[in-house]
Amino acid sequence: MDANLTVFIILAVVAIGSAIGMLLNRNAVYSALFLILNFATVAVFYIILGAPFIAMTHVTVYAGAIMVLFLFVIMLLGAEELTGGTTKFDWQKPAAVVLALFLLAELYVVIFFRDTVFAEFRALADFGTPQNVGRVLFNDYLLPFEITAFLLLAAMIGAIVIARRVRRKPGN
Amino acid sequence: MVSIEYYIGLSAILFIIGTMGVLTRRNAIIIFMSIELMLNAANLLFVAFARMFEALGGQIFVFFVMTVAAAEVAVGLALIVAVFRTKQTINIDEASTLKG
Amino acid sequence: MLLSETTTTGFLELVPWIVFFPVIGLLLNIIFGRRWGELGVAITAVSASALSLVVSVLQFITLQGAHGEAMVYKLAEWLHIGSFSIPWEFRVDTLSVTMMLVVSGVGTLIHLYAVGYMHYDVRYKGDPKSYARFFIYLNLFIAMMMILVSGNSYLMLFVGWEGVGLCSFLLIGFWFTKNPDATEGTQNSYAAKKAFIANRVGDFGFLMAMFLTFWHFGTLSFSELFPEVAHYEGPESLVWWIAGFMLLGVTGKSAQIPLYVWLPDAMAGPTPVSALIHAATMVTAGVYLVARSAPVFSAVEGVHVMVALVGAATALFAATIAVGQYDIKKVLAYSTVSQLGFMVAAVGMGAYVAGMFHLVTHAFFKALLFLGSGSVILAVERGHHPLVETGDADASHGHDDHGHDDHHGEVFDPQDMRNMGGLRKKIPWTFWTYMAGTLALAGIFPFAGFWSKDEILLDASHFEGAMAVYWLLVIAAAFTAFYMGRQVWMVFFGEPRHHAAEEAKESPWTVLLPLVVLAILSTLGGFMNWPFESGLEPHRFGHWLEYTLKVSLGHELHIPEFSFSVAIQSTLIAVAAIFISWLVYGRKPLKSGQTDPLAKALGPIFKGMNAKWWVDELYQAVILTPYEKLAKFLSQTIDWSFWHDWFHEKGIRDNFQRLANFLANPIDMGVIDKISYLLAQGAQGSAGWLSKLQTGFVRNYALAVFTGVVVILGYLVLFR
Repeated sequence: MDANLTVFIILAVVAIGSAIGMLLNRNAVYSALFLILNFATVAVFYIILGAPFIAMTHVTVYAGAIMVLFLFVIMLLGAEELTGGTTKFDWQKPAAVVLALFLLAELYVVIFFRDTVFAEFRALADFGTPQNVGRVLFNDYLLPFEITAFLLLAAMIGAIVIARRVRRKPGN
Repeated sequence: MVSIEYYIGLSAILFIIGTMGVLTRRNAIIIFMSIELMLNAANLLFVAFARMFEALGGQIFVFFVMTVAAAEVAVGLALIVAVFRTKQTINIDEASTLKG
Repeated sequence: MLLSETTTTGFLELVPWIVFFPVIGLLLNIIFGRRWGELGVAITAVSASALSLVVSVLQFITLQGAHGEAMVYKLAEWLHIGSFSIPWEFRVDTLSVTMMLVVSGVGTLIHLYAVGYMHYDVRYKGDPKSYARFFIYLNLFIAMMMILVSGNSYLMLFVGWEGVGLCSFLLIGFWFTKNPDATEGTQNSYAAKKAFIANRVGDFGFLMAMFLTFWHFGTLSFSELFPEVAHYEGPESLVWWIAGFMLLGVTGKSAQIPLYVWLPDAMAGPTPVSALIHAATMVTAGVYLVARSAPVFSAVEGVHVMVALVGAATALFAATIAVGQYDIKKVLAYSTVSQLGFMVAAVGMGAYVAGMFHLVTHAFFKALLFLGSGSVILAVERGHHPLVETGDADASHGHDDHGHDDHHGEVFDPQDMRNMGGLRKKIPWTFWTYMAGTLALAGIFPFAGFWSKDEILLDASHFEGAMAVYWLLVIAAAFTAFYMGRQVWMVFFGEPRHHAAEEAKESPWTVLLPLVVLAILSTLGGFMNWPFESGLEPHRFGHWLEYTLKVSLGHELHIPEFSFSVAIQSTLIAVAAIFISWLVYGRKPLKSGQTDPLAKALGPIFKGMNAKWWVDELYQAVILTPYEKLAKFLSQTIDWSFWHDWFHEKGIRDNFQRLANFLANPIDMGVIDKISYLLAQGAQGSAGWLSKLQTGFVRNYALAVFTGVVVILGYLVLFR
């Protein structure tokens, strides 16, 4: 067996397993931790695929910021276990499973019965280096970059506004 | 390198697992995490094809997706917090007053 | 003289005023009649008629200056259809001027008479406000009659023909309302209706004649038609048809057999009406028509005989009926029918001059007789219940027209001769003028009637067509003298048979003056057509008419020589008849309540005479009753039961309703309504069902989205 393939299989199993773990776990914190594991695996994949910068960014943003945020909120709300009523419709889960299988079948058809033949990956040196990425980002994709900045600003303000406790005006 | 079919397949499986999570779980936060998983799967595929076609645009796009995902998570969680203040629960089945 | 300096047209331009003066008169009376009162109305009406007379005299003078040549004056365009053109033209020739003078002359005298007569009559009938209405109708009549005699085409003549028919209807039925004498109100209306309908039958004949004339000759104008007829070469039957139809019209208007039945009933109108319309003028329109249409009647041999026989038969028939009548006006009515028969026989035979001459003299003495009878009736009525307001009665008796009448409860007929008697002492003026009229009618020398009737008999004796005409006319003349004698003995001689006759009063001067004038004319009028070569200008009237008739006929008139034998024969017969009447009625005057001696003598014949030979009853049985039955059948069974009840109501209406119900309920409500109901139900149902999709749960929505993705992907995978 090819060494690349072995590595790939191992990593894939880990990724899928952690995903399923996240899916099935009752405890929200465990789910979050499984997801962090999944993110790490995917970062490795990124490195394999010659995107080191993206990989680092991925780990930093997703695992470092987003999941931390998730955990903060879980702790804040005390939502490790889900309390509350019973499911109101039991047919949703089987339906979802059926549909998922359908989709899987379709994807299988798409992958293995298509006409186009993709070429092999070429060996590349410094493909996804930060320099290259930065060059492209700030030359070709400057406008989206700036707009994204605005987006983040808006999100930040939005988050603050939505989560704010509303103080009563004196006298009302 | 493994051929691209493997990455496509992996990405698909991760995406489907994420969808299952969205459809099946009742905890709002778990649903959010499933959405992140779906986005992740898409990112993986982008990077794979960027490597395949040697176009850095794919990676740039991943960059932007990540940014947007972060923004979305921030706002979404803020919403969940706000909803929790009112309903004292994050079971999304409880948020069904818009029925009918 | 100034007259000879006038141009040949002379006063021709004034001729439309013969029509316009009466029209203006009647319009003034319509507008101002109520306000002016009796005097104003009377002055307007009489002057209108008098002015018409003046214009007629001017036309006469004009014609004299033009030596009798016919003149036509066009007033306006009337009809213009393609090549057919009828203008309103006035024909001034000797024939029409003769008629104009008679109509306006006698008409004016009668207007004057009516001023006094109607003053009393409207009070006896209890409706003083009708005074103006009477004179309006009378002026209208003059206008219409003038249109009739002055027309230059058959169509213009027909306009006047119809117009006088209308006036006759209006005036016969003058007292049609519920007033004190109104048991007769409806009777008067019936009489008017009868007159109009009988005339209508005649008009039908006239119209057919006009249609045929126009169809074959292309024109109705006298100026154009008669020359064509004069040299007519076509089939004889056409002329027979035209003449026959025209004769029907004549029998209607001039009261001949078979359409004379309206004239006696027309006596229901006031006496001036009877005098003017039913003696002197309207009824002579038929005679005028025949005289005017001389070329038509002489175009084919044998047509003469038809007309003459009709006239002669009528003359005798009516005379026999007159013998048996008790009503003073009815006697005169049948006498008129009889005399018209004389005239129609005359013009039928071709003796146009004799016929027109008799027309003129008859106008004089018949009008005189009618007016005189009116005076008699008035006198008797005033004797019966004197009116306070006219100064007849004492005011001390109280204003009660009926109360002091010791015959209260009895129905008094002032026109019944059996209620009269001995009036010659009470109303002398009326008596003497009446005598003049009687002698003229009986044909006694030297009164006017003698000359004109004698001329007719003379022409009849020469008539090759049928000698029967002569004998019929002679016997009729005998009867005429007899019944007039009878009337005079019964009315004026003997003793009064009723207290009303005792109290009879003479009439006012407005009534007596026309009587006197007409009496003079009746006495001297005969000299108009002096038949002898020496003395007065011979045949003046004949020569006068000849101007017109020569032109229309195309040949000279044949005027027979005066025959002494015929004259003496007719005079002897007349005198003998009067003598017989004296024997029956004059020698032993009738006492009140006594039956007529002739009734005892002749028995059933007298009954027949009295009952007018049951002609009206015959018409009723043969024509009117079956017609009514037919009309009733058509209206009740066919129109009402069949068409209305069955066809319309059951057939159309019910079936339509059934159809409508069917369309409404099963189809409209059931189907169409159902469709819209179902649509609404469907929308509602599907809405209800679809709204279940909105569960409110986010997860369901996510599932839906995901399902959509799978489906689309599946489509793309499988079919692309």
